[in-house]
Amino acid sequence: MLKNTKKTILIVDDDMDYLFQMKTGVQDMGFDVITADTQREAESIIERTKPDLAILDLMMENQDTGFILCHKIKRKYPDVPIIIASAVTSETGMLFDVTTQEEQEWIKADLFLDKGIRMDQLQREIKKLLKI
Amino acid sequence: MVVDDEPGIRSGVSRILENFSVSYPFMDEDFEFNVFLAETGEEALDILRRQPLDIVLLDNKLPGIQGIDVLDHINQENIDVVVVMITSYASLDLAVRATRQGAYDFVPKPFTPKELRASIETITKQLFLRRMTEKLNVEGRQVRFQFLSVLSHELKAPLNAVEGYLEMMQEKKFGDSLGKYDEIVDRSLFRIQGMRNLILDMLDFTRIESGKKSRKIEPLHLCEIVQHCIDSFQPLSIQKDVDVYLNCSEKTPLKADRQEMEIVVNNLVSNAIKYNKQGGRVDINLRKDNGHIQLSVEDTGIGMKKEDIDKLFEDFVRIRSEDTKNISGSGLGLSIVKRLLNLYDATIHVESQPGKGSSFAITFPDNQ
Repeated sequence: MLKNTKKTILIVDDDMDYLFQMKTGVQDMGFDVITADTQREAESIIERTKPDLAILDLMMENQDTGFILCHKIKRKYPDVPIIIASAVTSETGMLFDVTTQEEQEWIKADLFLDKGIRMDQLQREIKKLLKI
Repeated sequence: MVVDDEPGIRSGVSRILENFSVSYPFMDEDFEFNVFLAETGEEALDILRRQPLDIVLLDNKLPGIQGIDVLDHINQENIDVVVVMITSYASLDLAVRATRQGAYDFVPKPFTPKELRASIETITKQLFLRRMTEKLNVEGRQVRFQFLSVLSHELKAPLNAVEGYLEMMQEKKFGDSLGKYDEIVDRSLFRIQGMRNLILDMLDFTRIESGKKSRKIEPLHLCEIVQHCIDSFQPLSIQKDVDVYLNCSEKTPLKADRQEMEIVVNNLVSNAIKYNKQGGRVDINLRKDNGHIQLSVEDTGIGMKKEDIDKLFEDFVRIRSEDTKNISGSGLGLSIVKRLLNLYDATIHVESQPGKGSSFAITFPDNQ
Protein backbone atom coordinates (compact mmCIF):
# COMPACT_ATOMS: atom_id res chain seq x y z
CA MET A 1 0.00 0.00 0.00
CA LEU A 2 1.20 3.50 -0.76
CA LYS A 3 2.07 5.41 2.35
CA ASN A 4 0.18 8.68 2.16
CA THR A 5 1.14 10.84 5.12
CA LYS A 6 -0.15 14.36 5.33
CA LYS A 7 2.53 16.99 4.86
CA THR A 8 2.87 19.68 7.51
CA ILE A 9 3.28 23.31 6.55
CA LEU A 10 4.44 26.03 8.92
CA ILE A 11 3.00 29.48 8.22
CA VAL A 12 4.46 32.50 10.01
CA ASP A 13 2.84 35.90 9.73
CA ASP A 14 2.07 38.64 12.23
CA ASP A 15 -1.13 39.70 10.48
CA MET A 16 -3.69 37.49 12.23
CA ASP A 17 -6.24 37.85 9.44
CA TYR A 18 -3.80 36.92 6.72
CA LEU A 19 -2.58 34.03 8.86
CA PHE A 20 -6.12 32.75 9.35
CA GLN A 21 -6.90 33.00 5.64
CA MET A 22 -3.67 31.28 4.64
CA LYS A 23 -4.25 28.57 7.20
CA THR A 24 -7.76 27.93 5.90
CA GLY A 25 -6.58 27.94 2.29
CA VAL A 26 -3.61 25.65 2.83
CA GLN A 27 -5.67 23.26 4.95
CA ASP A 28 -8.15 23.08 2.09
CA MET A 29 -5.29 21.89 -0.12
CA GLY A 30 -5.04 18.90 2.17
CA PHE A 31 -2.07 19.86 4.33
CA ASP A 32 -1.64 20.03 8.06
CA VAL A 33 -0.91 23.58 9.11
CA ILE A 34 0.98 24.96 12.10
CA THR A 35 0.94 28.72 12.56
CA ALA A 36 3.00 31.27 14.47
CA ASP A 37 2.55 35.03 14.61
CA THR A 38 5.88 36.02 16.13
CA GLN A 39 9.47 35.19 15.41
CA ARG A 40 9.87 33.73 18.88
CA GLU A 41 6.87 31.46 18.52
CA ALA A 42 8.12 30.24 15.16
CA GLU A 43 11.54 29.53 16.63
CA SER A 44 10.11 27.50 19.45
CA ILE A 45 8.01 25.50 16.98
CA ILE A 46 11.00 24.59 14.84
CA GLU A 47 12.85 23.52 17.98
CA ARG A 48 10.23 20.83 18.49
CA THR A 49 8.88 20.08 15.02
CA LYS A 50 10.25 19.72 11.56
CA PRO A 51 7.71 21.00 9.04
CA ASP A 52 7.75 19.77 5.46
CA LEU A 53 7.63 23.33 4.16
CA ALA A 54 7.55 26.83 5.63
CA ILE A 55 5.86 30.00 4.39
CA LEU A 56 7.25 33.11 6.05
CA ASP A 57 6.20 36.71 5.97
CA LEU A 58 9.06 39.05 5.23
CA MET A 59 8.20 42.07 7.36
CA MET A 60 7.13 41.24 10.85
CA GLU A 61 8.48 42.70 14.09
CA ASN A 62 11.42 43.96 12.13
CA GLN A 63 11.90 44.48 8.44
CA ASP A 64 14.13 41.42 8.27
CA THR A 65 12.38 38.96 10.56
CA GLY A 66 11.49 36.72 7.63
CA PHE A 67 15.11 36.53 6.54
CA ILE A 68 16.36 35.71 10.00
CA LEU A 69 13.79 32.97 10.45
CA CYS A 70 14.61 31.58 7.04
CA HIS A 71 18.26 31.44 7.93
CA LYS A 72 17.54 29.66 11.20
CA ILE A 73 15.22 27.10 9.63
CA LYS A 74 17.68 26.34 6.84
CA ARG A 75 20.48 25.90 9.34
CA LYS A 76 18.49 23.38 11.33
CA TYR A 77 16.69 21.67 8.45
CA PRO A 78 18.59 22.32 5.21
CA ASP A 79 16.12 20.19 3.25
CA VAL A 80 12.93 22.07 4.23
CA PRO A 81 11.79 24.29 1.34
CA ILE A 82 11.00 27.87 2.32
CA ILE A 83 8.69 30.37 0.66
CA ILE A 84 9.06 34.01 1.63
CA ALA A 85 5.80 35.86 1.08
CA SER A 86 5.88 39.58 1.01
CA ALA A 87 3.50 42.40 0.37
CA VAL A 88 6.41 44.67 -0.39
CA THR A 89 7.76 43.18 -3.58
CA SER A 90 5.37 44.45 -6.16
CA GLU A 91 5.06 48.08 -5.27
CA THR A 92 8.60 48.64 -4.07
CA GLY A 93 10.70 46.46 -6.26
CA MET A 94 13.67 48.64 -5.58
CA LEU A 95 13.70 48.41 -1.83
CA PHE A 96 13.30 44.70 -2.02
CA ASP A 97 15.96 44.30 -4.65
CA VAL A 98 18.55 46.21 -2.76
CA THR A 99 18.18 44.01 0.27
CA THR A 100 17.87 40.77 -1.59
CA GLN A 101 20.35 40.80 -4.44
CA GLU A 102 23.18 40.05 -2.07
CA GLU A 103 21.04 38.55 0.62
CA GLN A 104 19.29 36.12 -1.64
CA GLU A 105 22.42 34.02 -1.84
CA TRP A 106 22.91 34.21 1.86
CA ILE A 107 19.27 33.51 2.57
CA LYS A 108 18.60 30.58 0.35
CA ALA A 109 14.83 30.91 0.39
CA ASP A 110 13.49 28.62 -2.28
CA LEU A 111 10.89 31.03 -3.51
CA PHE A 112 9.88 34.67 -3.11
CA LEU A 113 6.18 35.24 -3.57
CA ASP A 114 3.92 38.22 -3.58
CA LYS A 115 1.26 38.11 -0.90
CA GLY A 116 -1.47 38.78 -3.42
CA ILE A 117 -0.95 35.32 -4.92
CA ARG A 118 -4.04 33.24 -5.65
CA MET A 119 -4.54 30.03 -3.73
CA ASP A 120 -4.37 27.81 -6.82
CA GLN A 121 -1.06 29.39 -7.80
CA LEU A 122 0.22 28.89 -4.29
CA GLN A 123 -0.88 25.28 -4.35
CA ARG A 124 1.04 24.69 -7.55
CA GLU A 125 4.20 26.23 -6.06
CA ILE A 126 3.89 24.22 -2.86
CA LYS A 127 3.45 20.98 -4.79
CA LYS A 128 6.45 21.78 -6.95
CA LEU A 129 8.62 22.42 -3.89
CA LEU A 130 7.36 19.28 -2.12
CA LYS A 131 7.80 17.31 -5.34
CA ILE A 132 4.30 15.88 -5.16
CA MET B 1 46.80 57.98 -6.92
CA VAL B 2 49.43 55.28 -7.08
CA VAL B 3 51.62 54.98 -4.02
CA ASP B 4 54.58 52.73 -4.76
CA ASP B 5 58.32 53.10 -4.47
CA GLU B 6 58.92 51.09 -7.63
CA PRO B 7 59.02 53.46 -10.64
CA GLY B 8 57.93 50.58 -12.94
CA ILE B 9 54.64 50.14 -11.09
CA ARG B 10 53.92 53.88 -11.09
CA SER B 11 54.46 54.32 -14.80
CA GLY B 12 52.73 51.02 -15.52
CA VAL B 13 49.55 52.05 -13.74
CA SER B 14 49.61 55.45 -15.44
CA ARG B 15 49.81 53.78 -18.80
CA ILE B 16 47.13 51.20 -18.07
CA LEU B 17 44.62 53.79 -16.87
CA GLU B 18 45.48 56.45 -19.44
CA ASN B 19 42.91 55.47 -22.02
CA PHE B 20 40.61 53.56 -19.71
CA SER B 21 37.08 54.60 -18.94
CA VAL B 22 34.26 53.05 -16.97
CA SER B 23 30.65 53.27 -17.99
CA TYR B 24 27.55 52.13 -16.18
CA PRO B 25 23.97 52.06 -17.45
CA PHE B 26 22.78 54.45 -14.73
CA MET B 27 25.64 56.87 -15.07
CA ASP B 28 25.20 59.91 -17.24
CA GLU B 29 28.77 59.98 -18.36
CA ASP B 30 31.80 57.72 -18.53
CA PHE B 31 34.44 57.95 -15.87
CA GLU B 32 38.01 58.62 -16.86
CA PHE B 33 41.02 58.72 -14.64
CA ASN B 34 43.68 61.26 -13.73
CA VAL B 35 46.65 59.52 -12.22
CA PHE B 36 48.68 61.05 -9.37
CA LEU B 37 51.95 59.47 -8.30
CA ALA B 38 53.60 59.21 -4.91
CA GLU B 39 56.80 57.42 -3.95
CA THR B 40 56.28 57.28 -0.23
CA GLY B 41 53.43 57.13 2.26
CA GLU B 42 54.33 60.57 3.58
CA GLU B 43 54.11 62.06 0.12
CA ALA B 44 50.77 60.32 -0.45
CA LEU B 45 49.29 61.78 2.73
CA ASP B 46 50.53 65.25 1.75
CA ILE B 47 48.72 65.01 -1.57
CA LEU B 48 45.56 63.60 0.05
CA ARG B 49 45.44 66.46 2.55
CA ARG B 50 45.78 69.01 -0.21
CA GLN B 51 43.16 67.73 -2.62
CA PRO B 52 40.31 65.26 -2.67
CA LEU B 53 41.02 62.04 -4.57
CA ASP B 54 38.78 59.09 -5.29
CA ILE B 55 40.95 56.00 -5.28
CA VAL B 56 44.34 55.21 -3.78
CA LEU B 57 46.34 52.21 -4.96
CA LEU B 58 48.55 51.62 -2.00
CA ASP B 59 51.62 49.42 -1.80
CA ASN B 60 52.23 48.17 1.70
CA LYS B 61 56.00 47.91 1.57
CA LEU B 62 57.22 51.49 1.39
CA PRO B 63 60.53 53.12 2.32
CA GLY B 64 59.16 55.28 5.19
CA ILE B 65 55.84 54.61 6.87
CA GLN B 66 54.15 51.45 5.68
CA GLY B 67 50.97 51.25 3.62
CA ILE B 68 49.00 50.07 6.60
CA ASP B 69 50.07 53.22 8.50
CA VAL B 70 48.91 55.38 5.61
CA LEU B 71 45.55 53.62 5.85
CA ASP B 72 45.49 54.37 9.54
CA HIS B 73 46.07 58.10 8.90
CA ILE B 74 43.38 58.15 6.22
CA ASN B 75 40.93 56.74 8.75
CA GLN B 76 41.95 59.01 11.57
CA GLU B 77 41.78 62.12 9.45
CA ASN B 78 38.48 61.01 7.93
CA ILE B 79 39.72 61.33 4.37
CA ASP B 80 37.01 60.22 1.98
CA VAL B 81 38.83 57.93 -0.42
CA VAL B 82 38.68 54.28 -1.43
CA VAL B 83 41.87 52.41 -0.68
CA VAL B 84 43.09 49.40 -2.64
CA MET B 85 46.12 47.61 -1.27
CA ILE B 86 48.72 46.34 -3.70
CA THR B 87 50.75 43.57 -2.17
CA SER B 88 53.53 41.49 -3.62
CA TYR B 89 53.15 38.61 -1.24
CA ALA B 90 49.71 38.07 0.05
CA SER B 91 49.91 37.85 3.79
CA LEU B 92 46.73 36.88 5.51
CA ASP B 93 47.59 38.88 8.59
CA LEU B 94 48.07 42.05 6.57
CA ALA B 95 44.91 41.38 4.62
CA VAL B 96 42.88 41.05 7.81
CA ARG B 97 44.41 44.16 9.36
CA ALA B 98 43.95 46.21 6.22
CA THR B 99 40.37 45.09 5.68
CA ARG B 100 39.56 45.88 9.27
CA GLN B 101 40.91 49.37 8.71
CA GLY B 102 38.73 49.87 5.70
CA ALA B 103 40.80 48.83 2.68
CA TYR B 104 38.28 48.11 -0.02
CA ASP B 105 40.15 45.64 -2.18
CA PHE B 106 43.44 43.91 -2.80
CA VAL B 107 45.39 43.74 -6.01
CA PRO B 108 48.19 41.18 -6.05
CA LYS B 109 51.51 42.29 -7.42
CA PRO B 110 52.52 41.67 -10.19
CA PHE B 111 49.17 42.35 -11.83
CA THR B 112 48.10 42.30 -15.44
CA PRO B 113 46.55 45.42 -17.02
CA LYS B 114 43.30 43.47 -17.21
CA GLU B 115 43.28 42.70 -13.48
CA LEU B 116 43.93 46.31 -12.58
CA ARG B 117 41.23 47.60 -14.91
CA ALA B 118 38.73 45.11 -13.52
CA SER B 119 39.47 46.17 -9.99
CA ILE B 120 39.27 49.88 -10.86
CA GLU B 121 36.00 49.31 -12.66
CA THR B 122 34.36 47.63 -9.65
CA ILE B 123 35.55 50.36 -7.34
CA THR B 124 34.37 53.12 -9.62
CA LYS B 125 30.90 51.65 -9.73
CA GLN B 126 30.84 51.14 -6.00
CA LEU B 127 31.97 54.72 -5.51
CA PHE B 128 29.34 56.01 -7.87
CA LEU B 129 26.61 54.13 -6.03
CA ARG B 130 27.90 55.31 -2.68
CA ARG B 131 27.92 58.95 -3.74
CA MET B 132 24.50 58.56 -5.30
CA THR B 133 23.14 57.14 -2.05
CA GLU B 134 24.70 59.98 -0.09
CA LYS B 135 23.14 62.45 -2.45
CA LEU B 136 19.75 60.79 -2.12
CA ASN B 137 20.11 60.81 1.63
CA VAL B 138 20.93 64.47 1.65
CA GLU B 139 17.86 65.19 -0.39
CA GLY B 140 15.79 63.12 1.96
CA ARG B 141 14.61 61.06 -0.93
CA GLN B 142 15.82 57.84 0.55
CA VAL B 143 13.86 58.54 3.70
CA ARG B 144 10.73 59.41 1.77
CA PHE B 145 11.10 56.35 -0.37
CA GLN B 146 11.34 54.10 2.63
CA PHE B 147 8.43 55.90 4.20
CA LEU B 148 6.30 55.31 1.13
CA SER B 149 7.20 51.66 0.94
CA VAL B 150 6.24 51.08 4.56
CA LEU B 151 3.09 53.09 4.01
CA SER B 152 2.05 51.03 1.03
CA HIS B 153 2.68 47.91 3.08
CA GLU B 154 0.51 49.25 5.88
CA LEU B 155 -2.26 50.21 3.50
CA LYS B 156 -2.13 47.00 1.55
CA ALA B 157 -2.27 44.70 4.55
CA PRO B 158 -5.83 45.63 5.62
CA LEU B 159 -7.01 45.58 2.01
CA ASN B 160 -5.62 42.07 1.58
CA ALA B 161 -7.26 40.96 4.80
CA VAL B 162 -10.69 42.31 3.92
CA GLU B 163 -10.43 41.01 0.38
CA GLY B 164 -9.51 37.56 1.65
CA TYR B 165 -12.53 37.51 3.97
CA LEU B 166 -14.87 38.64 1.22
CA GLU B 167 -13.59 35.85 -1.01
CA MET B 168 -14.23 33.35 1.76
CA MET B 169 -17.80 34.60 1.96
CA GLN B 170 -18.17 34.49 -1.79
CA GLU B 171 -17.06 30.87 -1.82
CA LYS B 172 -19.35 30.17 1.16
CA LYS B 173 -16.42 28.59 2.92
CA PHE B 174 -18.31 28.07 6.15
CA GLY B 175 -21.69 27.12 4.73
CA ASP B 176 -24.87 29.00 3.99
CA SER B 177 -25.69 30.33 7.42
CA LEU B 178 -24.82 34.01 7.70
CA GLY B 179 -24.14 33.63 11.45
CA LYS B 180 -21.06 31.54 10.67
CA TYR B 181 -19.45 34.64 9.21
CA ASP B 182 -19.88 36.98 12.19
CA GLU B 183 -16.26 36.87 13.22
CA ILE B 184 -15.04 37.41 9.67
CA VAL B 185 -17.28 40.45 9.32
CA ASP B 186 -16.08 41.82 12.68
CA ARG B 187 -12.47 41.40 11.67
CA SER B 188 -13.11 43.08 8.32
CA LEU B 189 -14.74 46.05 10.00
CA PHE B 190 -11.86 46.25 12.44
CA ARG B 191 -9.32 46.32 9.64
CA ILE B 192 -11.28 48.96 7.75
CA GLN B 193 -11.41 51.09 10.89
CA GLY B 194 -7.65 50.72 11.23
CA MET B 195 -7.18 51.79 7.66
CA ARG B 196 -9.37 54.81 8.17
CA ASN B 197 -7.29 55.85 11.17
CA LEU B 198 -4.15 55.42 9.14
CA ILE B 199 -5.47 57.60 6.37
CA LEU B 200 -6.51 60.31 8.83
CA ASP B 201 -3.09 60.19 10.47
CA MET B 202 -1.49 60.28 7.06
CA LEU B 203 -3.32 63.48 6.24
CA ASP B 204 -2.06 65.13 9.44
CA PHE B 205 1.37 63.82 8.67
CA THR B 206 1.65 65.07 5.12
CA ARG B 207 0.36 68.47 6.13
CA ILE B 208 3.11 68.77 8.70
CA GLU B 209 5.68 67.35 6.31
CA SER B 210 4.91 69.70 3.47
CA GLY B 211 4.71 72.66 5.82
CA LYS B 212 1.69 73.78 3.83
CA LYS B 213 -0.72 73.54 6.68
CA SER B 214 -1.80 77.05 7.54
CA ARG B 215 -1.03 77.70 11.16
CA LYS B 216 -2.76 80.16 13.38
CA ILE B 217 -0.89 80.84 16.59
CA GLU B 218 -3.17 82.22 19.26
CA PRO B 219 -3.48 82.04 23.04
CA LEU B 220 -5.17 78.75 23.87
CA HIS B 221 -6.51 77.20 27.01
CA LEU B 222 -5.07 73.71 26.89
CA CYS B 223 -7.45 72.66 29.63
CA GLU B 224 -10.39 73.28 27.34
CA ILE B 225 -8.82 71.30 24.53
CA VAL B 226 -8.09 68.37 26.83
CA GLN B 227 -11.61 68.39 28.23
CA HIS B 228 -13.05 68.43 24.74
CA CYS B 229 -10.80 65.54 23.77
CA ILE B 230 -11.84 63.48 26.81
CA ASP B 231 -15.48 64.02 25.85
CA SER B 232 -14.90 62.91 22.30
CA PHE B 233 -13.20 59.70 23.44
CA GLN B 234 -15.96 58.86 25.89
CA PRO B 235 -17.40 56.04 23.78
CA LEU B 236 -13.95 54.40 23.73
CA SER B 237 -13.33 54.90 27.46
CA ILE B 238 -16.75 53.51 28.32
CA GLN B 239 -16.15 50.51 26.11
CA LYS B 240 -12.81 49.82 27.80
CA ASP B 241 -14.19 50.78 31.22
CA VAL B 242 -11.38 53.29 31.71
CA ASP B 243 -11.88 56.33 33.97
CA VAL B 244 -10.26 59.53 32.75
CA TYR B 245 -9.39 62.25 35.30
CA LEU B 246 -8.33 65.76 34.47
CA ASN B 247 -6.57 68.05 36.88
CA CYS B 248 -6.01 71.57 35.61
CA SER B 249 -3.97 73.63 38.02
CA GLU B 250 -2.58 75.81 35.26
CA LYS B 251 -4.80 78.30 33.55
CA THR B 252 -2.23 80.41 31.69
CA PRO B 253 -2.99 80.37 27.99
CA LEU B 254 -0.42 78.81 25.67
CA LYS B 255 0.37 80.39 22.32
CA ALA B 256 -0.16 77.65 19.80
CA ASP B 257 -2.15 76.45 16.82
CA ARG B 258 -5.44 74.94 17.98
CA GLN B 259 -5.55 72.15 15.43
CA GLU B 260 -2.00 71.10 16.17
CA MET B 261 -2.63 71.00 19.90
CA GLU B 262 -5.75 68.95 19.29
CA ILE B 263 -3.75 66.40 17.32
CA VAL B 264 -1.15 66.15 20.09
CA VAL B 265 -3.70 65.83 22.89
CA ASN B 266 -5.91 63.42 20.94
CA ASN B 267 -3.02 61.11 20.24
CA LEU B 268 -1.81 60.97 23.82
CA VAL B 269 -5.26 60.59 25.35
CA SER B 270 -6.46 57.99 22.86
CA ASN B 271 -3.25 55.98 23.38
CA ALA B 272 -3.72 56.13 27.15
CA ILE B 273 -7.21 54.67 26.76
CA LYS B 274 -6.41 52.22 23.96
CA TYR B 275 -3.38 50.69 25.59
CA ASN B 276 -5.01 50.56 29.02
CA LYS B 277 -6.31 47.57 30.89
CA GLN B 278 -9.99 46.89 31.20
CA GLY B 279 -11.10 48.97 34.22
CA GLY B 280 -7.93 51.06 34.28
CA ARG B 281 -7.53 54.82 34.72
CA VAL B 282 -5.96 57.78 32.98
CA ASP B 283 -4.69 60.84 34.85
CA ILE B 284 -4.15 64.02 32.92
CA ASN B 285 -2.37 66.88 34.66
CA LEU B 286 -1.83 70.37 33.43
CA ARG B 287 0.52 72.35 35.63
CA LYS B 288 3.33 74.84 35.70
CA ASP B 289 6.73 73.41 36.40
CA ASN B 290 9.63 75.85 36.82
CA GLY B 291 7.68 78.41 34.86
CA HIS B 292 7.01 75.98 31.99
CA ILE B 293 3.59 74.67 31.07
CA GLN B 294 3.59 70.91 31.46
CA LEU B 295 0.98 68.44 30.27
CA SER B 296 1.24 64.88 31.47
CA VAL B 297 -0.87 61.88 30.60
CA GLU B 298 -0.50 58.83 32.80
CA ASP B 299 -2.16 55.49 32.31
CA THR B 300 -2.41 52.18 34.12
CA GLY B 301 -2.02 50.24 30.90
CA ILE B 302 0.19 47.57 29.46
CA GLY B 303 3.38 49.67 29.59
CA MET B 304 6.51 49.07 27.54
CA LYS B 305 10.04 47.83 27.80
CA LYS B 306 12.85 50.34 27.81
CA GLU B 307 14.09 49.39 24.36
CA ASP B 308 10.61 49.98 22.97
CA ILE B 309 10.47 53.52 24.35
CA ASP B 310 13.50 54.48 22.27
CA LYS B 311 11.76 53.45 19.05
CA LEU B 312 8.38 54.90 19.94
CA PHE B 313 8.58 58.15 18.02
CA GLU B 314 9.80 56.73 14.72
CA ASP B 315 7.44 56.49 11.74
CA PHE B 316 5.27 53.40 11.63
CA VAL B 317 6.72 51.93 14.77
CA ARG B 318 4.23 49.87 16.68
CA ILE B 319 5.15 47.90 19.71
CA ARG B 320 4.08 44.41 18.81
CA SER B 321 3.16 42.01 21.52
CA GLU B 322 0.42 39.72 22.66
CA ASP B 323 -1.18 42.75 24.36
CA THR B 324 -1.17 45.04 21.34
CA LYS B 325 -2.13 42.71 18.54
CA ASN B 326 -5.84 43.42 18.83
CA ILE B 327 -5.39 47.16 19.13
CA SER B 328 -5.51 49.05 15.88
CA GLY B 329 -2.99 51.78 15.33
CA SER B 330 -1.22 53.33 12.39
CA GLY B 331 2.19 53.59 14.00
CA LEU B 332 2.19 57.24 13.03
CA GLY B 333 0.47 58.93 15.97
CA LEU B 334 3.47 59.53 18.20
CA SER B 335 5.68 60.33 15.28
CA ILE B 336 3.21 63.08 14.40
CA VAL B 337 3.16 64.27 18.01
CA LYS B 338 6.93 64.49 18.04
CA ARG B 339 7.05 66.46 14.80
CA LEU B 340 4.44 68.90 16.01
CA LEU B 341 6.16 69.40 19.35
CA ASN B 342 9.38 70.13 17.51
CA LEU B 343 7.66 73.13 15.96
CA TYR B 344 7.21 74.51 19.48
CA ASP B 345 10.61 73.46 20.81
CA ALA B 346 8.61 71.45 23.31
CA THR B 347 9.99 68.25 24.78
CA ILE B 348 8.27 64.98 25.54
CA HIS B 349 9.41 62.63 28.25
CA VAL B 350 8.26 59.04 28.51
CA GLU B 351 8.35 56.74 31.48
CA SER B 352 6.95 53.26 31.43
CA GLN B 353 6.88 49.96 33.21
CA PRO B 354 5.66 46.83 31.48
CA GLY B 355 2.36 45.74 32.95
CA LYS B 356 2.11 48.84 35.14
CA GLY B 357 1.54 51.75 32.81
CA SER B 358 3.12 54.63 30.95
CA SER B 359 3.36 58.35 31.39
CA PHE B 360 3.97 60.94 28.71
CA ALA B 361 4.95 64.43 29.85
CA ILE B 362 5.18 67.39 27.51
CA THR B 363 7.02 70.51 28.59
CA PHE B 364 6.46 73.68 26.59
CA PRO B 365 9.09 76.39 26.60
CA ASP B 366 8.06 79.74 28.01
CA ASN B 367 6.61 81.49 24.98
CA GLN B 368 4.47 84.09 26.65
